[in-house]
Amino acid sequence: MTKSDLIERLTAKQPHLAPKDVELSVKIMLEQMSLALASGERIEIRGFGSFSLHFRPPRVGRNPKTGDAVTLSGKYVPHFKPGKQLRERVMNSTHIPIKE
Amino acid sequence: MALTKADMAEMLYEQLGLNKREAKELVELFFEEIRLALESGSNVKLSGYGNFVLRDKSQRPGRNPKTGEEIPISARRVVTFRPGQKLKQRVENYAGSGEQ
Repeated sequence: MTKSDLIERLTAKQPHLAPKDVELSVKIMLEQMSLALASGERIEIRGFGSFSLHFRPPRVGRNPKTGDAVTLSGKYVPHFKPGKQLRERVMNSTHIPIKE
Repeated sequence: MALTKADMAEMLYEQLGLNKREAKELVELFFEEIRLALESGSNVKLSGYGNFVLRDKSQRPGRNPKTGEEIPISARRVVTFRPGQKLKQRVENYAGSGEQ
């Protein structure tokens, strides 16, 4: 399911809302979530999961072309921990093959 | 402070003028549609944010950490999140003090 599929499904289930508003809503929600993480804030959605940042410490990497050592500074990466309800619902669907 | 569904509904109310009940319902449905897709075996791709990817894990040997007794960990399906390029870049530069 892509973002546009998601927008279509929401539009179908919320017929009282203008499709344009549903589309904008999805974009606003994703932007708000990105912005929260980009400012170091966690996201907590009960039954779905939580997003937080994990720190990756600085390390010495190599330029794959020249083999030179390069110092890479520490950075943060987004991390998702599925919530109980999501975990359980997915666990109970192992009989359905995974589609792309 | 973590971002919650209530904050997201508030944003839709402020930015789009959805009434509070509609906004709350749409935020709830947004996460429910993602859960529905995942429980029906579909990966979810939200461009600019990231992908929710299902993975089947086969049974593996485990241990009860308290008793040391060997018990197999049954086959299961889990959800993983792969942040998109755009989100990774926005988060990488977060100059927070220390780990969360």
